[in-house]
Parts: sequence; structure tokens; C-alpha cells
Amino acid sequence: MTVEIKTLDFEPKRHTFGHVARRIGGDKPATRYQEATLDAQATENFHYKPLYEPQFWHYDTAKTKVVMDDWYKPLDPRQYYYATYNIARANMNQAVERNFTFVEDKNLLGKVSEDLKQKLIIGLIPVRHIHWGSNMNTSEMCQRGYGTAFTAPCMFSAGDHLGMAQIVSRIGLELDGQTGIGLDKAKDAWMNDNAWQGIRKLVENTLVQRDFFELFVAQVFAINGIILDAIYNGMDDAWGDASLPISMLTEFMNDWQKEEARWSHSTIKIVAAESPENKALVSAWSNDWINRAEDALRIYTTAIAGDENIAKTYADKMRTTAKSLGLEI
Amino acid sequence: MAVKKMGLKQKYAHLTRGLDWETTYEKMDDVFPYDKFEGIKITDWSKWEDPFRLTMDSYWKFQAEKERKLYAVIDAFAQNNGQTNISDARYVNVLKLFLTGISPEEYQAHRGFAFTGRHLRGVGPRVACQQQSLDELRHFQTQCHTISHFNKFFNGLSEFRTMHDRVFYLSVPKSFFDDARTSGPFEFMVAIGFAFEYVLTNLLFVPFMSGAAYNGDMSTVTFGFSAQSDESRHMTLGIEVIKFLLEQHPDNLPIVQEWVDKWFWRGFRLLGLVSMMMDYMLPKKVMSWKEAWEIYFVEAGGTLFKDLERYGLKMPKYHEQATEACEHISHQLWGLLYQLSHVAGLHAWMPSDEDMDWLSEKYPNTFDKYYRPRFELWKQQEAEGKRFYFNGLLQLCHTCQLPMTFTEPDDPTTTCFRESEYEGQHFHFCSDGCKDIFDREPEKYISSWLPIQQIFQGNCGGPTVPDVLKWYMFGPNDGAEYVGSEDHKLWESWKNTTTKEAAE
Repeated sequence: MTVEIKTLDFEPKRHTFGHVARRIGGDKPATRYQEATLDAQATENFHYKPLYEPQFWHYDTAKTKVVMDDWYKPLDPRQYYYATYNIARANMNQAVERNFTFVEDKNLLGKVSEDLKQKLIIGLIPVRHIHWGSNMNTSEMCQRGYGTAFTAPCMFSAGDHLGMAQIVSRIGLELDGQTGIGLDKAKDAWMNDNAWQGIRKLVENTLVQRDFFELFVAQVFAINGIILDAIYNGMDDAWGDASLPISMLTEFMNDWQKEEARWSHSTIKIVAAESPENKALVSAWSNDWINRAEDALRIYTTAIAGDENIAKTYADKMRTTAKSLGLEI
Repeated sequence: MAVKKMGLKQKYAHLTRGLDWETTYEKMDDVFPYDKFEGIKITDWSKWEDPFRLTMDSYWKFQAEKERKLYAVIDAFAQNNGQTNISDARYVNVLKLFLTGISPEEYQAHRGFAFTGRHLRGVGPRVACQQQSLDELRHFQTQCHTISHFNKFFNGLSEFRTMHDRVFYLSVPKSFFDDARTSGPFEFMVAIGFAFEYVLTNLLFVPFMSGAAYNGDMSTVTFGFSAQSDESRHMTLGIEVIKFLLEQHPDNLPIVQEWVDKWFWRGFRLLGLVSMMMDYMLPKKVMSWKEAWEIYFVEAGGTLFKDLERYGLKMPKYHEQATEACEHISHQLWGLLYQLSHVAGLHAWMPSDEDMDWLSEKYPNTFDKYYRPRFELWKQQEAEGKRFYFNGLLQLCHTCQLPMTFTEPDDPTTTCFRESEYEGQHFHFCSDGCKDIFDREPEKYISSWLPIQQIFQGNCGGPTVPDVLKWYMFGPNDGAEYVGSEDHKLWESWKNTTTKEAAE
């Protein structure tokens, strides 16, 4: 048995917007991702040159050396538009809240030794500054990049990095009894401890990178793919008794890393596959930034974990991934 | 020893500002290369008061809740064919104006706030700008989704993106936002954050949303309600920026005053499009443009600038001219659109007798004296089957890019023309305000992409009107008179169907 509600039928004249129809192979129902993304950015007949950078238009494909026939080729496999992005993150964050509550209720971090707490404050909490630098980079890619398919997910990433910086900060506040003293110590370590200087230099080097796609490669492969991955996953031995609660409290970052890579890796793959010139550029950038990340990471893992090999492990893993995306490594 | 726990404000400071650091491997001026050339002096970024303290986890949570509700309504609207319950199909032209003229600017605001969210040196304003950047993307995308359903049935919406880049009257909003986007980060904040979002938002965003509410467009008005809390945040950021700039250094005052003057006048000209929407396009009127201006600019704006007097900031230059012009602009612009609707992407029509009386009542000083006679003549010509269209190309103001249609401040019978010479070339303006803006930055404005000149230069699809309209991607039934249009016929057929079905 089916229940049938009688309604009036109204025949639509068209199914989607013209610019969307031309991209999806004709007038047919389009997804919300497509209507929200395709050709959203203006492309022609700009009025004025930017006062701060008169050599370009404010939307200008020349702001990177890679050349795409169409910047709407690298689409987001997650099909994120604002609503789906926020709903996904709100859901992920429910797990964060549960994990914080669990760790607090069981006093899992309170129980660890004072030495270990200090080690975490010095060794882990400065990661919030990496996320902040990453937030600056992803905002830059959004403002500077070309085409909404590329730039909108960059702004989502900016929100993600700010969110993750704040999760790490909350871990810091768990460790310092909600005083903020631990966060100040962590910042001092970030600025002055030898362990962090390679990574800080790497991050600062990215902050002055003005080629938006080289910046993207540096962020995705070097910072997300090597530095953050290694710190969140390769340091269990160093965190000792705290490794379980730390894994729980950083679960968001691991879920995020896998999810974000679906988009960012596919983007790199598509851009590199566009032409031999793009492939050569992206390969060269990848080699350079992976090497720099490996060197920076080695200083950190040697100082914090007493382990020189972690850096190579993570860098090699990234090299393998980069090769699988069609790059010459 | 018990250590004192932090308060919320202090905690938020740790979760945002504490994240930043003074770079040493790269120079700070290389990390932030764009925030000095405008001459704004910031002595202490830490004096920035966060107007709202929203961590990302709360942001995701609130926004996700709002999106779930909004999309439920959008889906229900489509499922129940909400487009048949609007007041009249003339109303859809309001959505055409909105989607072609305003939504693409929401997108520009998204990218602009990404720029300031990266390149202002202070962390507090940067975080607020980033959240606004996300919000503005939301507004663009949800507007597309809301109006998408109308696009399935009505003309003039389908090619909104291409139209925005090409059509002559849409260069008014486009050049406005291009101007803001190509300014430095501080000017952008004053232009969009303060002048647009704070001073003028009640005259732009709100009339469209109230118009939707009055005219049975459940879908768009639900978007409006959903965006309200975003807009409040944006307003708070806008006012905080102004106060911060003025408190930081006395040298900032003259720069900020010039920006406020410029962006007030540019905003006022852009709002001309809203004025005709409110007075002529809404089948069910919310209030007259003049009333809206009195409430939201004269009164609310007056109070605001009174409050800002303590910083030395004055009411924007030519505000008296603007208030005086509010007696005229909606009539002048609608008259213009009526004559040009055969080369526009939306319909125009003459007001009904009832609407004419409403206009007489709302504009006792001007409507009957200057505009009614012309409109009645046009109605009479329509009745005789000789609907009037203007065939020719109009001269545009070089700054605001509206056609030269406005009258002298003290003489509503004489069209206002102003002129400047720069590097041996002559430039024309519709007003003192627009001339001043050009004279202040001629090297910026000489590059304006003026649609009419571009047609003459052969950059718009070809030399003939049909060539240009094709290049604008207008459909054959997008423009001209509403009465008898495809939209009109469709609407009539729906009314017949629903009445018939209900009777059965």
C-alpha cells in the first residue's frame, strides 16, 4: 500500500542556471554543490587595478605559475558548500566535546606526572602556532587563488585550522589547570626552543610565499602531510602515559587530515596532470617543500622524542603519496 | 597554592590572540606587505576590543543549526510550489535584481574579507574577518539555492553570473565592489565593514528581505531571518573598526573621513537600485524609499554620527544632497528602467492607478508635480498600443556608472552634469559626490570598464543592439514590458489552474 498525496504539477522551464548547465552537460537538475560553486567568481571586465598590487587584477590566474585551462577542473570530491561543510564540522566537534568530557571525568591528563605535563606543554602545545600559520596560508589561498572550486575549500580549511588551533589550546589549558600559563610557556618554546626552530622557520617561509599554488603544495605536503601528521601520529612513545588521552583529544585532527586530503591531493593531481609544465613545477615544489619539512621535523623529533628516523618515515610516506599523484619525486 | 582560573574574555584572548607571534625568520613587513601604504597608523593592535567572542567550535555549531533549518524550508518551498503563492509575478523581478546585482557582491565580500582576514596585522580583527568571509560565502550560496527554484519557472535569472560581468546597469554594483576589493585592507574595512554593513545595511539587505516577507516569498525571507545574526555580527565588526582606527592615531581621522565620504556617496548611488525596487517593483509595498531613508539614515545614521563626533568624525559629505535627492531618485530610475527595459534582463511596467496614488501620498512634494504626468502619458501610450522605449545609448557617470539621469540638487527639472579633465581627457559625472570621488583618485578611475564605451569599442559582442544583448546572454523573453510577457502569461495560467482546481 502506498499513500499518495495529490498535488498540482508545475512543469519547470529549466532545471538549473545556464552557467551550471553548460558545465554539467546540459540542462538537468544540478547538485547544490554545483550551483553554489561553478563559476561563482567573476572572471572578466574588471574595473580597477588593486592599489596594493597593480600588476594583477584582483582575480587573476597569473598569481601562480601553474597554468590551468579551467580552474573549475579541480572540484572538491567532498562536494562541500557552506551548509554541508558546517554540518560536517559540527558533527565532528560533537566527538571532540565527548572526548574532552571523558578525559576530564576520568582525570586522564590530571593523573600524568608533572614532568610529562611539562613535556607536553613544550612538545605538543606549540602546534597551535602551526595551525595559526596554516590558517594564514589557507586564507591567503582563498583571497589570492582563482576560481571558487579552489578558493572556497581553502577558506573552509582556514576555519578548520583555527578550530584545531583552539582544540590544541584547550589541551594546553587542561595541562596548566586552566590558567593560561602553559600556553605562554608553549609560545616561549615555539619562539626560542631549538626543537621548534626548524618548524617555525618552515612555517614563516610559507607566510611570505605569494604564488598561491606553490603555497598550496607547501601547506598540503609539508605542513599538513609531514609536520602535523608526524606530530599527531608519530609521537606516541614520547607522550608515554598521556598518549591515549592525547590521541583522543586530537582525534578531530586525524579525521580531518584524511578527509581534507581527499580534496587537496586530488586538486594537486589534477593541476599537475594538466600539462608537462605544470607537472614539472608542482614536482619541483613538492620535492623542495618535502625536503625542507623533513629537515625541520628531524630537529623537532630528535629533541622531543630522541628519534631521528621519524622524520624520514613521514617524509618518505609523503613522497610515496606524491608519486601516486603523478609527480616526479 | 590555588591558581586563579581565567575569565571568559581572557580565555578567548588565549584561544585567538595568543596564537600569533612576531616572526623572526621573515620580516613582519614581508608577512604583511599590504597594511602600510594607505597611511593608517596603528600603534597597538592589542587595544582591539573583540566585538564578539566566537570560537570555531561554537561557530560551526550555530551555523550548522541555522543551515539545517534553512534548507528544510527551501526544500519545503520547492515541494509545495511556493512560487505560486507570491503576491504577483512582478515580484520575481525583485529577485532578478537581487540575484544579478547583489548575490555576486556577497561573493566579492567573501573574498575581500579573506583578504583582510589574512592581511591585517592584528589577530582580533583577522579572526572576525575570516568568520565574516565564511558568512559572506554562505550568503552567496544560500541565495543561489533559494532563488534556484524561481529560476526553474521564471526568466531573467538563469544567466545571472554572466550578466553580472557584462550588463550595463550591473556595472553599478560590480564597479562598487571592484572598487572596494582593489582598495587597501583598511579602506576595504571602512567601505564594506562600516559604510556598507553598518551604515547602509538596513537600506539594502533589509528592504529585500522585508519585501520577500510582504510578498509571500517564504523561501527568501527565511534566508533573511537566518542571515540576521550574521548581519548583526558584521555590523558590530564594522563599528568596532571605525572606533579602533580613530582611537589609534589622530592622523587616521582625515583618511577615514575621506573614505567615509567616498563610500557613503558610492553606497547612496548603489542604493538607488533599491529605491526603485521599494517604490515600484514590490507588488505589496513595505514602506517608501523616502520613509526608509528617514528612519535608517537620517535618524539612525544621525545618532551614529553624533556618537562618532567625539572622535572628530563628521557626517559624510553631501548627506544633505542625498536626503534631498530621496524625493526623486526612485522615480527617476524607474522611469529610466521603464524606457530601457527592452535592453534589460528584467521587466518594467507602469504603476497601477492605486500605486500612483500611493506614490502621491508618500511623495507629496514631488510625485504629482514632476513624475505622475510623464507616467500617465506613458500609460496612455500603452493603451494606444505604443508602449514607449528609448532607443539610443546613454551617457554613464564615470564613477557610479549609472546613466546621467539625476537632477540638480536645487532644480528637479535640470539634469545634473559635472565634468573633470585628467591627462587631457574629459570625464563626466552625475553629481558632485561622484566628481569628488574621481578627482581624489583619478589614476584609479580612468581604467573603469564603462559598459557603453565598451560597446562603442566593439568589446561587447558586436556593433548592433541584438549582438550586445546576445553577448549579455539575455533570453528572448527576459526583458521589456511585463504585461504580456512570458512570466506574466505563466502567472495568469497558474492563477487559472489553482482557482479551477480549488473549485472542483
